[in-house]
Amino acid sequence: MIVKVQQEDFNPMAEMAAFPVDAIAGAGGSVTFIGTVRDYSETADILAMEIEHYPGMTERELERISAEAARHYDILDSLIIHRYGHLAPQDNIVMVAVWSRHRAAAFDACRFLIDVLKTSATFWKKEITPEGVRWVTDCPGCRTGSRDGHAHAPHVSHSHTHS
Amino acid sequence: MIYVKFFASVRERIGVGEMSLPVPDGGVTVAEVLVLAEGVAGVALQGAHLLAAVNLQHVPFSDVVRDGDEVAFFPPVTGG
Repeated sequence: MIVKVQQEDFNPMAEMAAFPVDAIAGAGGSVTFIGTVRDYSETADILAMEIEHYPGMTERELERISAEAARHYDILDSLIIHRYGHLAPQDNIVMVAVWSRHRAAAFDACRFLIDVLKTSATFWKKEITPEGVRWVTDCPGCRTGSRDGHAHAPHVSHSHTHS
Repeated sequence: MIYVKFFASVRERIGVGEMSLPVPDGGVTVAEVLVLAEGVAGVALQGAHLLAAVNLQHVPFSDVVRDGDEVAFFPPVTGG
């Protein structure tokens, strides 16, 4: 597994081409999710975004969920890159790539990684809007697009469910 | 000593990014570390949605903290 937390931009195709070939020998395909900065939120236009993180814990948490994906899904390897610092609309924020022998496991593991990342990786977004600056506080689980109900991880002190 | 870090909106409300606290006799829980930190900062975060980590791992507030541990408090994460 490879995990990178960085300020600089990334090129998804170049990152995938540079992935160690030995680790993904036998792959029948890969699934990649790329997250970018939206230019709007519920309340205002977004001029820019500041992302803060917890150095040390963030990398460790991303490695933990990568290992969990490798245990639960029949995949060959995975790559997660997440940026921090000052970002503009349309900039890349995050990339998750998963290689597998058969496509189903790669789709499932990619979805798992981005969903779990949103509830456990120690990043915080601050939106810069024409009306001012505000920390994003909405429930990460609500933004996964899942039609299923979801609950927060047990460690979350405001644990609640949605349907 | 216990090394305490704060992130995002919690850091802004506490007013500092980190502080060191002496370990009280008889040990201390994560929840009690927060009360001690609030006392030092002169800020009450009660009612805020907070998460905690000890030594870079998510933990419940009932976990016990030991001398030399790094404790962190932060709001629910919003990455991705």
